[in-house]
Amino acid sequence: MEALELARWQFGVTTIYHFLFVPLTIGLSFIVAVLQTLWYRTGRHEYLQATQFFGKLFLINFAMGVVTGIVQEFQFGMNWSEYSRFVGDVFGAPLAMEALLAFFLESTFIGLWIFGWHRLPRGAHLACIWLVAVGTNLSAYFILAANAWMRHPVGFTVNEETGRAELTDILAVLGNDQAWSTYLHTVSAAFVTAGLFVVAVSAYKLWRNSHHNDTGVAGVVPPKGDFALFRGALKVGLVFTLAAGALVVFSGDHQAKLAAQYEPMKLAAAEALWETEEGAAFSALAVGDTEERYNPIDITIPNVLSFLATGEFDGEVHGMNNLQEAYEEYYGPGNYTPNVFVVYWSFRLMMGLGMFGVAFAALGLYLTRGRERTPTGKWFYYAAMLALPAALAANIFGWVLTEMGRQPWTVHGELLTAASVSPGVSLGAVATTLAGFTAVYGLLFVVEVGLLLKYVKAGPSHLVPDLEDDEDESRIPHFSY
Amino acid sequence: MELTVIWFIAISVLWTGYFVLEGFDFGVGTLMSFMGGRDSVDRRVALNSIGPVWDANEVWLITALGATFAAFPAWYASLLSGFYAPMFLILVALILRGVAFEYRGKRDSAPWRAWWDRAILLGSVLPAFLWGVVFANIVRGVAMDADQVVTASVPDLLNPYALLGGLTTLSLFTLHGAVFLTLKTDGPVRVRARRAALWAACAAVPSGTLFLAWTQLAHGGGTRTLPLVLIAATALVGGVAAAWHRREGWSFAFTAVTVLTVFAALFGSLFPNVLPSTTDPAFGLTVSNASSAEYTLTLMSWVAVVFLPLVLLYQGWSYWVFRRRVTGETVTGATVTRGEDRDGRPEPAV
Repeated sequence: MEALELARWQFGVTTIYHFLFVPLTIGLSFIVAVLQTLWYRTGRHEYLQATQFFGKLFLINFAMGVVTGIVQEFQFGMNWSEYSRFVGDVFGAPLAMEALLAFFLESTFIGLWIFGWHRLPRGAHLACIWLVAVGTNLSAYFILAANAWMRHPVGFTVNEETGRAELTDILAVLGNDQAWSTYLHTVSAAFVTAGLFVVAVSAYKLWRNSHHNDTGVAGVVPPKGDFALFRGALKVGLVFTLAAGALVVFSGDHQAKLAAQYEPMKLAAAEALWETEEGAAFSALAVGDTEERYNPIDITIPNVLSFLATGEFDGEVHGMNNLQEAYEEYYGPGNYTPNVFVVYWSFRLMMGLGMFGVAFAALGLYLTRGRERTPTGKWFYYAAMLALPAALAANIFGWVLTEMGRQPWTVHGELLTAASVSPGVSLGAVATTLAGFTAVYGLLFVVEVGLLLKYVKAGPSHLVPDLEDDEDESRIPHFSY
Repeated sequence: MELTVIWFIAISVLWTGYFVLEGFDFGVGTLMSFMGGRDSVDRRVALNSIGPVWDANEVWLITALGATFAAFPAWYASLLSGFYAPMFLILVALILRGVAFEYRGKRDSAPWRAWWDRAILLGSVLPAFLWGVVFANIVRGVAMDADQVVTASVPDLLNPYALLGGLTTLSLFTLHGAVFLTLKTDGPVRVRARRAALWAACAAVPSGTLFLAWTQLAHGGGTRTLPLVLIAATALVGGVAAAWHRREGWSFAFTAVTVLTVFAALFGSLFPNVLPSTTDPAFGLTVSNASSAEYTLTLMSWVAVVFLPLVLLYQGWSYWVFRRRVTGETVTGATVTRGEDRDGRPEPAV
């Protein structure tokens, strides 16, 4: 065991954990802003209730996203000092911009939003949550541009003298087609996730409401208004999910084409394609032999991979064996093939779990069409609640595919992962911090989920009592610590 | 002036801004548990005084680190990998503290709040102390080889000068936070905070003066840092005097100037190095051998010139919105009836 291996595990654990909260922050900030806008425009009480209810859940999630994000800013330097030395000139710029342009916006206005319920005019207070939503989206763009640069490095030269990458064109880095394509894919997936969060919460409330006549806390009868509120919220969530889902599919298709162009090895591994083919088939199920580098079993759909990768049914798709040979010739001896098993399955799990949620949204909209209809079958509510963890897992598998598929590189074609790790940090040190982060994160996860459940069960009327008249400002609850 | 020098100054400004702002919320976090009985409204008053602003204060740290990464990649790399243990502890502390702020009030249970209060105390004391240790070591220099890999062990980092630095930042931030509480709260917390400020001063004045003198004599930048050191010492004493005389605005202004000039003096002492090596001075990192190329520095200068004023503007506005003193009534939304604390003792009426 080497420090390198544990440093990779640490990056995986801390980043995946961070990304459980990020998609919800991105999507829910927007959804809460929409709900509050509806309240601002119509003055209807259930919109205020929905804003504060989902706003509370959003804040519980937001806190975790913020604190686990700090780790990312330190981690490049702590565990990946050689990477930082090599890329800082290029990679540091979007990170600094993210902090200056996005994080300040997000953090200042979230404070104003939480504590400003009674201190700001309604319009200004509404603007605060919109600025938070803008901030989270801006932040996503900068960090994804930095990540896209690692997969498709542009706008730089390597200084012969220092051996470091130097930025030559920031517009190339920020306008990288891999950057905006990844942004669309990631952010639309975040909206799907947040949409399904609203769906899962609303489904739970409706189910307890109609099947048990309680709020989830045994014996506590839900107020009459709850049913209409959560039926409305369910539909809002379903619409969000389906609309964003269409964008996920469209941008995902573009991502596959970019992978074929910039990271053919990743695409080949994701499809367990060993030999270069014209009119390559899409693998439905492959059992591969990574020693002998072939698939004893491969159930395929003819020509589909070529179409996905190139837009033509008989287009050429490179196989891993051919690429390995070409890379060895170009970069020197070494293994340039990523972990095929992980990449192949994470690709399938990402697509399968993601599609499940989007398909469920389409079905759900059909089943809740009109003004009154609500599904009665238990299966609907179970499926709605399962769609949320499925969407979160789809996000995670997407990142596993992206990052594991890039191996053995940190910066594609420029810097190997093995050459990126901190030389001065011992195995024991990485092991200690890995154990520490895992323990703290595990504990906080239990606490966070517990709190979410508590507030879901308590319901909106716990936060915002049923008022006759919202114009009585002083009775709108304010948030404080 | 060369771009590398401008960026050294910019990084110093970001770090110093971070300590002036988060300094007082570290102090408030340290003192919160002493501002009222367990489970009392007074603790909430203390917490809510920094509620709307602590998160944005912490972004100064993220920006300082991000800017260091962009402008001086080698500094960022050697600093974070070289100070591995303190950085890890700071991270865990900041994680626990941030979550504690948000979650403490989200369950109505005394043990729940008690646990988060511990997290806030630990999460504030630890970074307040460790940042002093880290920055004292940066100024003093650490064992570092020709490849810019820091080889100093944890005991090396805990040398007397660094420990004094840690004690200085801890006591100074506590004083700064106490003075902030006297300015931003009313009622019993305001009274207790003044007492806490005078207690904190008993540690901050001697350790601060000694640390400043040691820095100036052993690592100082001569006449470049001497005025800063003198202003820092004067402002520190002035802050305590103003707190004594209940001039709350003045005392906060003075402690803010103290934090500002202490860190300005540290960065002034460091220049033109960014991380000196005690193994061989030739191995050290300086503004020229640690910096990015000119293109990045020029680009980042424009970004900073355009956006930093904007950030200062809206962050300043948020302080203006929450300018009123926090009281039991603003926190609970109702008139507070003073009751008993958890141990059944009547809460002091002060």
